[in-house]
Amino acid sequence: MSKFKKKKGGGVPPINTAALPDIVFMLLFFFMVATEMREDTLKIKNNMPVADQVEKLNKKNPISFIYMGKPKEEYAGTYGQEARIQLNDKFADVSEVVAFIGSERAALRDEEAPYLTVSLKVDKQSNMGIVGDVKQELRKANALKINYATGTGDATSNMKQ
Amino acid sequence: MAKRDVPEVNAGSMADIAFLLLIFFLVTTTIPKDTGLNRKLPPIDDSEVEPPVIKQKNIFTVLLNKEDQLLVEDELMDIKDLRAAAIEFLDNGGDGSCTFCKGKKDEKSSDNPDKAIISLKNERETSYAAYIAVQNELVAAYNVLRNRRALEVGPQKGFRDMDFLTMQTNHKDVRWYGNKTKLKALIDQIKIEIPQKLSEVVN
Repeated sequence: MSKFKKKKGGGVPPINTAALPDIVFMLLFFFMVATEMREDTLKIKNNMPVADQVEKLNKKNPISFIYMGKPKEEYAGTYGQEARIQLNDKFADVSEVVAFIGSERAALRDEEAPYLTVSLKVDKQSNMGIVGDVKQELRKANALKINYATGTGDATSNMKQ
Repeated sequence: MAKRDVPEVNAGSMADIAFLLLIFFLVTTTIPKDTGLNRKLPPIDDSEVEPPVIKQKNIFTVLLNKEDQLLVEDELMDIKDLRAAAIEFLDNGGDGSCTFCKGKKDEKSSDNPDKAIISLKNERETSYAAYIAVQNELVAAYNVLRNRRALEVGPQKGFRDMDFLTMQTNHKDVRWYGNKTKLKALIDQIKIEIPQKLSEVVN
């Protein structure tokens, strides 16, 4: 009578991993759809303030980014602790903003150029001095459509107590 | 010859390939954060024309000093009260020409929303976070009034229960099926009735 014979070995049966690629592909597609390529490597701290009257940036119009903030720790030795401007991948001076806008405009088609929006991504610990200087330069470059990039949240929490 | 079975393709390493791609995308991409406050800078004016004289009562001065303290019309104010104060100023309707204003009609405050100007001044040491908070509150004040106006005029033009911000999102939304030309006209009308006159002092 071998009906109740014990299974031999008694080890753990192998787990079926046939569905694993499906799960991974699902994650892959999610990230491919929901994210976009990193445009610039940030060399500054960029923790933006929050606001609740925000509008979505219109993706149909061309956008240029200007980053401002304190240099990250690895650059603090060379560039100091004060807030700096970053254009594309490198630190820049206020006087370079006009040339930067010029080169951004040159890369666009003629009919798109007037719709260029400049998005200012400014760290919340920066002072208005540097932001004001950049705004003045943007006026000189005649790039008047600007957008202060912010997160969403209660704006009054920005004020230090 | 006997029919041979097609050998099964070994798909064991597919997961590895997918993982590789997944990790590549995780590292090289960011989730975009594309919200913000849209503003327009004034063009540089080289002309020698004298700027028009503006009555003091039509200007609402907001000063943000280097300690991030808020001085509204020369009085210290908390950021939480700024929105209400700005609404009260814009909605005053002192000269009676504004038909939709519900303010106090105070002689000493603004004449009508078209003449009312908010002047924002900040110092170089002011923190950016505080500046954004103030900008946000002032934009909110305009939005409150525009929303109220939109709910009043909207039903006559066939846009029921739609405030100003909803109108703007609907106008941009390709899936919205209403009359977009009429909506655009209404949005422009409200924008002219309650213009955003927010002037920043360049220091």
